[in-house]
Amino acid sequence: MKIHCFGAARDIAGGSSLHLEDLEGITIGDLRQRLVTAYPGFGELVSFAIARNEEYARDEERITPGDELVIIPPVAGG
Amino acid sequence: MDKPDVHHDILLSDQPLSLDQCRDFVAHPSCGGLCFFVGTIRDLNLGETVTHLEFEAYAPMAIKEMRKIAVAAREKFGLHAVALYHRTGDLAIGDVAVIVAVSSVHRKPAFEGCEFVIDELKKHVPIWKKEFRPDGSHWLNARP
Repeated sequence: MKIHCFGAARDIAGGSSLHLEDLEGITIGDLRQRLVTAYPGFGELVSFAIARNEEYARDEERITPGDELVIIPPVAGG
Repeated sequence: MDKPDVHHDILLSDQPLSLDQCRDFVAHPSCGGLCFFVGTIRDLNLGETVTHLEFEAYAPMAIKEMRKIAVAAREKFGLHAVALYHRTGDLAIGDVAVIVAVSSVHRKPAFEGCEFVIDELKKHVPIWKKEFRPDGSHWLNARP
């Protein structure tokens, strides 16, 4: 599945998105682990959230086919 | 066609923001207090010279989150209206990055509501800023 990346996440992924296989059915918490394993740079951020379909996702939510997934590094608006 | 929303005005734009437009949106004959916060780009951060900033947003979600904050502020403080505008793209020193405008019958909820909106925006809205210094650039808040 495609995962969109912004800000510091884009630098870590080396582009505006990255791909991970077999995400359907796993939890957001599992995805966070997969990301840190595949891209250790995510573990060096202060924190990061995952947005699923334009809403902050909780770790226990499960990924379903067609979800729009986005990595949200620490925000800095204003 | 939905009725126009006269209580919440949300804008994410790569063009300069208009304080007048925000004021015109929130002003109302019933309101004796209008409060504004204007966030501008400053030339020093943590003692380091800043040359310019770049703002990036996950636009559809940023707009949703900005709207949630405006709705929450209006309910929590009994405001008449809330305008929340944020820039994206490259900004120079002195440019306006964000405007919060709120109106209420009396001043106290206006002050409190305005502060609530900017504080919540900084915590939740998916917008990022990259700071450029003479010796390089980095995303703010990202790393310890």
